[in-house]
Amino acid sequence: MTNDEIRSFIQGAIDENHAMLFMKGTPDEPRCGFSARTSAALNTLGVQYAALDILPDPRIREELSGISNWPTIPQLFVDGKLVGGCDIAMEMFESGELADLLGVEQPAEEDVPDAPAVDAPQTAPIGLENRLG
Amino acid sequence: MPRAEELNDRIVAALPGADVAVDDLTGGGDHFRAEVVSERFDGLSRIERHRLVYDIFGSDIGGPIHALSLKTSTPGETR
Repeated sequence: MTNDEIRSFIQGAIDENHAMLFMKGTPDEPRCGFSARTSAALNTLGVQYAALDILPDPRIREELSGISNWPTIPQLFVDGKLVGGCDIAMEMFESGELADLLGVEQPAEEDVPDAPAVDAPQTAPIGLENRLG
Repeated sequence: MPRAEELNDRIVAALPGADVAVDDLTGGGDHFRAEVVSERFDGLSRIERHRLVYDIFGSDIGGPIHALSLKTSTPGETR
C-alpha cells in the first residue's frame, strides 16, 4: 500500500463513520492504557463505533497525525471532526458531553465506573484493522 | 531522558504565569501527566488548549516523551 492509499483510507474511515477511534490494539485487545480507557468509555455509552489499530504499520500513525495535526494515540473523531485524545474523551465522558455529542443517553451514575473497565460489554465495533493489512 | 522538572520549565517558559504541575507517572521519564492553569486558555476549546501545550514539545511527543496526559484550565474555571 502506498502512503497516499493509507492516507485516503484513513480519511475515508473518518468521513464514513459517525464515531471513529484510532487506537493501539483493538477494543477487544487494547495494547495501551490510554486506548483501553477511551474504547471502554465508548463501550459504556453503548454507541457503535469503528476502531482502527494503528500498530500494524508505522505509516498509519504518520498519515493520521498529518491529517489531524494531533501527535498522540488514541484519537477519537465524531462526525468527521477530531474530538481529542484520551484526556479530552474521558473529561467529556465524565461530564456527559460525549454522550450528547454521540446522541446517546448518559448511563445512570451507578453504571459509570470511575475508570471504565476494559472488559466492558462490547457493542460490535466494526473491525477495520484488517483492511489495512 | 526528560525529567518532570524540564517539562515543567518548558511549559512555564512558553506560557508565562501559568500554574504548572508535572508528574512522571512511571518514574521512567517517558509517561507524564501535566496539569496546567493558564489565562492563555481563555476562549480556547479543549482541542486548542491541548495543541497549545503539545506544540511546546513538537516532535518530542511520541519521541522521548512517549505520552503526555493533560488537564488544562483557566484561573477562572473551578474544577
